[in-house]
Amino acid sequence: MESKLIIILIIVIGAIAISQLVRVYELTAKLRKHEEHEIPVRDNYLNAMLMLVFMVIQFGGLIYLMIKYGWTGRGPAASVQGEYTDWLLDLNLILITAIFFLTNFLLFYFSFKYVKRPGVKAYYYPHNNKLEILWTVVPAAVLAVIIILGLQTWNEVTGASPKEAINIELYSKQFDWTARYSGTDNMLGKTDYKLILGNNELGLMTEATIDSSIHAMRHGAGGILDIQKILNNRDTVLTDSLVNVLRKDLGTKERLLRLLNQMKATHNPALDKQVYDDIIQRDTLYLCVNKPYEFSFRSKDVIHSAYFPHFRAQMNTVPGYGTRLKFTPNMTTAEMRKIKNLPAFHYVLMCNKICGGAHYKMKMMVVVLEEEEYNAWMKGKESKNFKATYFPAPSAQAVIPAESTAISAMN
Amino acid sequence: MASAAHDVNSHDQHEHHHEESFVSKYIFSQDHKMIGKQFLITAVFMGVVAMLLSILFRIQLAWPGESSDFLNFFLGDQWAPEGVLKEDMYLGLVTIHGTIMVFFLLTGGLSGTFSNILIPLQLGARDMASGFLNMLSFWFFFLSSLLMFLSLFVMNGSIFGIDIPGDWGTIGNGPAMAGWTVYPPLSALPQAVSGSGFGMTLWLISMTIFIAGSLIGSLNYIVTVINLRTAGMTMTRMPLTIWAFFVTAILGVLSFPVLLSAALLLMMDRMAGTSFYLSDIMVGSEMLSNHGGSPILFQHLFWFLGHPEVYIVLLPALGLSSEIIATNARKPIFGYKAMIGSILAIGFLSFIVWGHHMFITGMNPFLGSVFVFTTLLIAIPSAVKVFNYITTLWKGAIVYTPAMLFAIALVSTFITGGVTGIILADSALDIAVHDTYFVVAHFHIVMGMSAVFGMFAGVYHWFPKMYRRMMNTRMGYAHFWITLIGAYGVFFPMHFVGIAGAPRRYYDYSVYGEFDTDSYNMIMDLNVIITVFAIIAAIGQVIFLFNFFYSIYRGPVAPQNPWKSNTLEWTAPVEHMHGNWPGALPVVYRWPYDYSKPGAADDFIPQNVPLAEGEIEH
Repeated sequence: MESKLIIILIIVIGAIAISQLVRVYELTAKLRKHEEHEIPVRDNYLNAMLMLVFMVIQFGGLIYLMIKYGWTGRGPAASVQGEYTDWLLDLNLILITAIFFLTNFLLFYFSFKYVKRPGVKAYYYPHNNKLEILWTVVPAAVLAVIIILGLQTWNEVTGASPKEAINIELYSKQFDWTARYSGTDNMLGKTDYKLILGNNELGLMTEATIDSSIHAMRHGAGGILDIQKILNNRDTVLTDSLVNVLRKDLGTKERLLRLLNQMKATHNPALDKQVYDDIIQRDTLYLCVNKPYEFSFRSKDVIHSAYFPHFRAQMNTVPGYGTRLKFTPNMTTAEMRKIKNLPAFHYVLMCNKICGGAHYKMKMMVVVLEEEEYNAWMKGKESKNFKATYFPAPSAQAVIPAESTAISAMN
Repeated sequence: MASAAHDVNSHDQHEHHHEESFVSKYIFSQDHKMIGKQFLITAVFMGVVAMLLSILFRIQLAWPGESSDFLNFFLGDQWAPEGVLKEDMYLGLVTIHGTIMVFFLLTGGLSGTFSNILIPLQLGARDMASGFLNMLSFWFFFLSSLLMFLSLFVMNGSIFGIDIPGDWGTIGNGPAMAGWTVYPPLSALPQAVSGSGFGMTLWLISMTIFIAGSLIGSLNYIVTVINLRTAGMTMTRMPLTIWAFFVTAILGVLSFPVLLSAALLLMMDRMAGTSFYLSDIMVGSEMLSNHGGSPILFQHLFWFLGHPEVYIVLLPALGLSSEIIATNARKPIFGYKAMIGSILAIGFLSFIVWGHHMFITGMNPFLGSVFVFTTLLIAIPSAVKVFNYITTLWKGAIVYTPAMLFAIALVSTFITGGVTGIILADSALDIAVHDTYFVVAHFHIVMGMSAVFGMFAGVYHWFPKMYRRMMNTRMGYAHFWITLIGAYGVFFPMHFVGIAGAPRRYYDYSVYGEFDTDSYNMIMDLNVIITVFAIIAAIGQVIFLFNFFYSIYRGPVAPQNPWKSNTLEWTAPVEHMHGNWPGALPVVYRWPYDYSKPGAADDFIPQNVPLAEGEIEH
């Protein structure tokens, strides 16, 4: 507290000192019959000169940064699509850098050159239609080229994946990523957020998971029966606000239960096998070089954005709304390490949409492998597909999990 | 309208009969000049707050995790225990910095101040069409500023320990934390981040009031421009400042209501359990039953305002600089009609480009293509404006007032920020740099710096009209050069951080150390440089603040037309009076840019000077 007072005191004294200095300056200016609105020739020339000096600093600074850090500090593109966009990005950067230098040069050079000189009058030049047409048409022509090239690339990059593309789902939540490989059939099984439970964190949809969610909604901790028990207990006195919270919660859960029952009624168990061969993968996403990938995205809570800076790929993940993206990695992690000369380098999937306090930590390492390495890794994973993890071998009858940690909003 | 004009006139005749009380003169004033000054002072305060917030989070970015007494001094033990900023508050600082800068400084402050001061004075009107609505517009702005400022102090659902009566739905700590664009679901769910509780409620209430004030103000400006121009002031004799304010006001009236509806729907989702923006969500372990809404709907509504908003911020700055550049280059603005055309074209196009903020939301790629096309079209009128400014300087006789320096700097930042927009507008390229520091650098230069420079230019230029005194020129020079170097020092390196791929709104970039030490070193180095320049630039603003407040009270008394300018405000007496001109209103005979006209004795001919015999208008 004392240090704060001292700081404030210093600021106040400083302000008083400066105002006295200004006062002295003004009195001397008065003696010299200098008026604030009359800019002295010397000041005028000084500022004109500084305009030129600033231009040199500005250009020099930009060139220094360009030489030191290059066009792209993140290295060459590591995907086929990224190579297209990088080519176009380079072209555009060269173009805009040229425009930047040209127009800033004209601006600052004129500012320097045409400073008011005593006795010289400005040139009265209100308009010139030819010039104005010129600098409407030239930018329009340049932009036409940019637009055509841009849209061609955009169509290629966002177009449909080839049939043989490998399907992977990326699931986002505060604050991590989970990947789901589509397994041997290359088909991602159906999902629903209402099926999310402790042992089914992605909400995959099978007959068994629906049953288990229905059970948890009724009988689980914090489930409908629990809430009813608390509300109907005559031995305890609840505050009004707590009763309101509980009733609201009960309403929500009854609604969700109805929806789950509907889901059960319309579910086609024949599709369960699409789910059971899916493979859930955390921490690191493994990809195979030169294979086209079709990514689909889901979000559990808020909007996230799947951002692969090295593959030049990005797509938002939106709750309640599926999004997709494709790219074909064309450089393995090992190759990129060699190019960047960084033995510990990793590709990465980052979150690039503000999503809460730990937003900056939300990421997943990405490893691109040669085909043999990838196949070997995948072989080890296939035995750990959803079926294997959901029905652990020793007690296969444990369809209904004893406790769900997922639904406990009450606590 | 005739009767309104009559009222103002008759009021003027009674002028000397009644002394105004302190309250009606300084607080609930209905005089446009006083209201303009009220806007300015409020905006200056909010601007200082927002700048301070940016310094606080820049310290965290440059030296992540290091203890700083400065942070602890301003944020206390709650948000900066041991002098280390908390993650949540980092997002809160970023959010409120953006909100204040965009809405309170550059919309309310810039447009509110100068539209108020200049529209009646440059048109030759006694006052705004409705003085009362004008006053209301300011007080709405003031109230919303106050709420936004107070939202910084939310703690456990109350402010300074004072509980807000009534059920505001949620508790929560800190101000809104979902970014200035407040995308739901993050902003809709108090469980998702601590600022989405009471802080977010305040944000929404504040913005609702702000929008109401802005609408009232804009309608008033439009009516005034259309109806209260003095004799001879045809639309094509209006200064470009007025054209800019006029189009800005139209943009505001057409786009702000859409933000209001977006905000109201968000409030309903937060308080009434609706599902406009929510569908299939589970926050932490809580399953919500909302279904069918779309978070993307909010983004469409938000950016339908959000993009015109860029021009609501920018056009007044461009208008002010047109006036200042012509005056101080002692030359007519080059291509006056093309400038008007550009303003209109930019205003129109700004309504059909909002989708370029949403290229990677999963929108149909074809729709994306349409937005690429419309967005890049804006480059054409922008280029016309830039070349016209440059040609205005060509063969001029430039007088370097501080205002002129800022106006030229505006043209430079408009170019520098504008060209990077070409990359971001191109959807294929946007994929790689969307939401990175490249975007942050782009919009801070093109919209932030340009508009701030325009605002400074306006303050230096019209200070004598507002406060009847002169600001100190030398301090103005020092302020300018420090600000210009500081601004470029902050935002040039930021482009390279962005091209390196660094996402924006990250609390700590040391996460790069885990996968790419090259990028880590680069980003950390540049972040230190950026922060140092930001601190230098912030200190530079102290010079301005001192000069501003000192000159209000102690500056030398201003002459009537200090810059030898043509526009009508300089024909009004220095002393402020209700009704602006004693006696009859000035009559306009010519456009406002007759500088250095051949055959004239002086190098300027005010608009109220009749054409000489045989003189052609222009």
